[in-house]
Amino acid sequence: MRHLLSIEDLDRAAIERICDRAGSFAEVADREIKKVPALRGRTVLNLFYEASTRTRSSFELAAKRLSADVVNFAASGSSVEKGESLKDTVLTLNAHKPDVIVIRTPWAGAAALVAEWTPAAIVNAGDGKHEHPTQALLDVHTLRTRLGGLDGLSIWIVGDVLHSRVARSNILAFQKMGASVTVCGPPTLIPRGVEALGCDVRFTLDDLAEADVVYALRMQHERMDQAFVPTLREYASEYQINGRRLHPRQVLMHPGPVNRGVELSGEVVDSPQAVITAQVEAGVVVRMAVLYEVLASARTGEPVPEPAPA
Amino acid sequence: MTVVRPGAPHARLLVRGAHVLDPRSGIDEVLDVVVLDGRIAEVAPAGSAAVPDGAEVVDGAGRHLLPAFVDPHVHLRVPGQEHKEDLETGTRAAAAGGFCAVIAMPNTDPVVDSAPVLRALRDAAERDARVPVAFTASITRGLRGEELTEMAELRSEGAIAFTDDGKPVVSAGMLRKALQYQRLAGAVLALHEEDPALSGRGAMHEGEVSALLGVAGIPSVSESTMVARDCALAGYEGGRIHLQHLSCMESVRAVEAAKAGGVKVTCEVTPHHLCLTEEAVRGLDTRMKMNPPLRTETDRQALIEGLRSGVIDCIATDHAPHARDEKEVPFEQAPMGTTGLETAFAAVYTQLVVPGVLGLGLVVERMTGGGEQFGLAAPRVLEGAEANLVLVDLDAEWEVGEDGYESRSENCCFAGQTVRGGVLLTVAAGAIAYRERAFAVVGA
Repeated sequence: MRHLLSIEDLDRAAIERICDRAGSFAEVADREIKKVPALRGRTVLNLFYEASTRTRSSFELAAKRLSADVVNFAASGSSVEKGESLKDTVLTLNAHKPDVIVIRTPWAGAAALVAEWTPAAIVNAGDGKHEHPTQALLDVHTLRTRLGGLDGLSIWIVGDVLHSRVARSNILAFQKMGASVTVCGPPTLIPRGVEALGCDVRFTLDDLAEADVVYALRMQHERMDQAFVPTLREYASEYQINGRRLHPRQVLMHPGPVNRGVELSGEVVDSPQAVITAQVEAGVVVRMAVLYEVLASARTGEPVPEPAPA
Repeated sequence: MTVVRPGAPHARLLVRGAHVLDPRSGIDEVLDVVVLDGRIAEVAPAGSAAVPDGAEVVDGAGRHLLPAFVDPHVHLRVPGQEHKEDLETGTRAAAAGGFCAVIAMPNTDPVVDSAPVLRALRDAAERDARVPVAFTASITRGLRGEELTEMAELRSEGAIAFTDDGKPVVSAGMLRKALQYQRLAGAVLALHEEDPALSGRGAMHEGEVSALLGVAGIPSVSESTMVARDCALAGYEGGRIHLQHLSCMESVRAVEAAKAGGVKVTCEVTPHHLCLTEEAVRGLDTRMKMNPPLRTETDRQALIEGLRSGVIDCIATDHAPHARDEKEVPFEQAPMGTTGLETAFAAVYTQLVVPGVLGLGLVVERMTGGGEQFGLAAPRVLEGAEANLVLVDLDAEWEVGEDGYESRSENCCFAGQTVRGGVLLTVAAGAIAYRERAFAVVGA
């Protein structure tokens, strides 16, 4: 795999390979010295055009645990604010000879575009509202770890699907792994035509009981200004996942950060069904696996060998 | 006079034995055509015309001679955005596409909203243009939608029409005033139909592809609701409107209903909306980003049917050049627009005429009639008519962009496509405006 640009590009075998490798990296986190030399001497450049603490530090940690050198390049306070174009920024950064560029931008397709301008491997850490493939991979990894696999699962993705790259990547990834996906949210926040991705659409939580996994999306406060929902109070009353709605056999996921009292009630966040912190943990190992995968193939130009069993 | 004519020397030309096709004149046969002193001097049976003194003889055998095309919708980017296009490059592109006249939009910098700007522009065109150009002025000052321009003065200064193209006239009240004022100023109002409350920050058609890509969509109803509103206003005020670049089925239906109800409305469609759909946007190629956006196959079929039935009056390119670095950015950041002058005929011919969807005669009619609603007669192949002719080789195959463009910009949505139909020679207002480089002229 030369780049990781979208889940759309991956098949089930590739998703499984990355998750398996993530599993084999998991024990590194439990060591006293949390480091392996796999990517020693390699340079990973984090190019972030959007504020992100979690994803960026997760990538940074992943790179460091593989002994790579990490450079963080945030758009604010840089030449980007002085009007430099994305292309010129990338051409400039090329001079530093990064082996991987991890990029997040507010623009769909930007990661794929950057891949045309640099010899580095590109990992998409979120391109606008298009995709967030490493989030989907870590979510698949979390579910495989928790439930063994996704085949035959019913997964409900609840909330603001319209503005969510997480939703789009996860709809594709979960289906590729054999699950069926239902999206549910206020009609104003479900994109027209989303059925084309193969998912079901619901506007109420009435049938939530059929879900094996409930994946709540973050309800962004700025959506309030654009009147997508009348009030957060009404949103919560219709779509909040709470103890009354969540069945003990269901698994609860959320990409973070959680708005307690909005999309999730406090009690479900802290419930045993919630795997939210497991998702964060999976984030590091899955990103280690992704960095390893793109770098190993960049080096040899050949497919990465299957990982040894963890 | 609304049209600025460059003072190029008149051609002396005999096109020998070309297949002349001019549906308006009922001509569809192999003929000789003589051009002298700016006019068509003779239309005679093939091989019968005598060579006028000093005339070039062009071998028309196996080629088609058509009345040249008129484009009611181009962006020449002057004044202020000469890095995208200027009067010379834009009209050179027009000539290369077989156009003998174009109508330029006023969304320049500064906007063409006052007589001095218009006057300077017309002066520049007299010097720089390769084909006749007419200029529109804006309906509202600075395209802000708040106050009318001095339409009467602009009209007497040569504005051929008024338009806020690139933007809609959002306020129904403002458009109503413009329609009322039309009784004084005259000239058609050309309207870009879009309700910004519905299109928002959309960058492509709202549908399955936008849902997959996570790109904000522009719903068809953002156009069709405004089409219906403005037809109602024009009907009420008895005004004359021309609707620009229709893109969806609902708009075609709204225009059809308005026409049936007696509203004085005409409309245009672009080659890209006739040939491409939202599928072309899947790869987020910024050359596929234009406003209105490429829509669905159903919409495309409705546009083709509208063109065939006459609900849609003409083909317009909405030639919208942008510099390479402006388009070499992520899709959502890129400006709207594709170039179109050099590819309009070949794209429509290849996509619609070759497969038998539309007849060549109908396409010629719709590509030559773009000026009629603005008071420019469609070119004809008749003795005594001003010589506006295009010689095409329908069998010529070429790859769009392979040899570059006459336009200063290269943001063409058809780039890379292999098309059929090459323009060999364009005669505009009696002068040779374009000659294909490799095209040999015989005789002297």
